[in-house]
Amino acid sequence: MEIPYTSSARPDTGLYNAKLGIWLFLASEVMLFGALFSAYVLLRVGAPEGFWPHGWLSVTLGTVNTLILALSAITTLLAWVACKVGDYRKFKIFHACTLLLALSFLCVKSYEYHDKWIHYEIHLKDGRIADGHLEEQDDQTVTIMGRIIPGDQEQLLYDLRSQKTIPRDEIKLDRSNILKMENYGPRHNTFTAIYFTMTGLHALHIIGGCLVIGFLWGPGSRMWKKDHERFTNRIEVSGLFWHFVDLVWIFLFPVLYLT
Amino acid sequence: MSESKSVDIKSTVRLCGVVLFVIACTTAMMIKISFLPFGWPLKVTFILGVAAVNAFLVASYLMHLLTEKKMVFIVGFFTVCFFISLMGLTLWAMQDFPVGTTH
Repeated sequence: MEIPYTSSARPDTGLYNAKLGIWLFLASEVMLFGALFSAYVLLRVGAPEGFWPHGWLSVTLGTVNTLILALSAITTLLAWVACKVGDYRKFKIFHACTLLLALSFLCVKSYEYHDKWIHYEIHLKDGRIADGHLEEQDDQTVTIMGRIIPGDQEQLLYDLRSQKTIPRDEIKLDRSNILKMENYGPRHNTFTAIYFTMTGLHALHIIGGCLVIGFLWGPGSRMWKKDHERFTNRIEVSGLFWHFVDLVWIFLFPVLYLT
Repeated sequence: MSESKSVDIKSTVRLCGVVLFVIACTTAMMIKISFLPFGWPLKVTFILGVAAVNAFLVASYLMHLLTEKKMVFIVGFFTVCFFISLMGLTLWAMQDFPVGTTH
C-alpha cells in the first residue's frame, strides 16, 4: 500500500505535513522534559541546605559532550544544506560526521555512567564512611581508591568539588567491618535518581536519532535519486529533532553539572 | 529550516563557525560562573541565563526559527506557555505548606 505524501507546503499551514508533524512532536517532547525539569526543581529546592551534591559529575566530560553535540548539530545542518544544493558526497560526509559525533557522545556518557557504577559509599560498623572507586573485591575484602571520613561529617560527601584537594588513597576494607555498601547508581539518592532519569531519557533520544540518521545515511539514501525533494524534507525533519536533542542538553549540562 | 531560502554551503559553514564559537564561549562562561562565590539562587539565575542564550542561538540559527512560518510560532507559543505554567506551578506549590508545618 502506498502512503500518500506531499512534499510541497500546504496553503493553510504554510508547511509540508512532515514539518508540522515534527514541530508538534517536539512540542510534546518539551512537555516530557519540562515535567522532568520541574521535578528536578522540586527536589533541588526541597533539599536541606548543604545536602545537595556538588562536584559529583565531571565538568570536563560534560563540557566535552556539550561541544560534541553542538558540533553534531552543525554537521546535521550542513548535511541538509548539501541536500538542498544537490551535493551527494558532502551530504554523506556531513551525515557520517553527525553519526560519529553522536556515538562519541554516547561513549562519553557510558564512561560517566560506569564511573558512577563503580563509585561506592561504604558505611563501616565503627560509624566511619569510606567513599571511593572500587578497585577490587573478593569474599573477604573490598579495596577502593578514595577516602574515609568520620560518620558525623557525612555532609562532606555532598560537596566533592571542595574535597578535590584531599588526597585519595588505596583503602582495603574487611567485609566483616562493612555495615552497608552502595554504589552511586540511580537508587543512591534523589540526585542520582533524577540524574540517571534525565540523562538516560536524553541518551535514549540520542540512540533514536542515531538510528534515524544511520538509516538516512545508509539504505534510506536511495531516495536521493528517486524523490530528492522528499528525501531533503526527511533530512530537515530529522535535523530538527537532532537540534532539539542538542537544546535539551544545553539545559541539562548546567543544571546537573554546574549548579 | 525554511525551504524558501536559497542556501549555499560556504555561507552556512561561516554561520555555523560563529555559532559554534559563541556556544563554546558561553559554555566556558557558565563553568566560570559556577566557580564564583555567589549564593546559589544568583548563580543559577546567571548560569540559566547564559544557557538560554545558547538555546536561542541553536533555535534561531540552526533550526532557522527566525524565518519560520506562523504555524510554527503558534505551536511554539503554546509550548512555552505550558512550560512556564509547569515551572510556575512547581514553584508556587513549594510555598504552599499545610497549616502548622514548616519546611
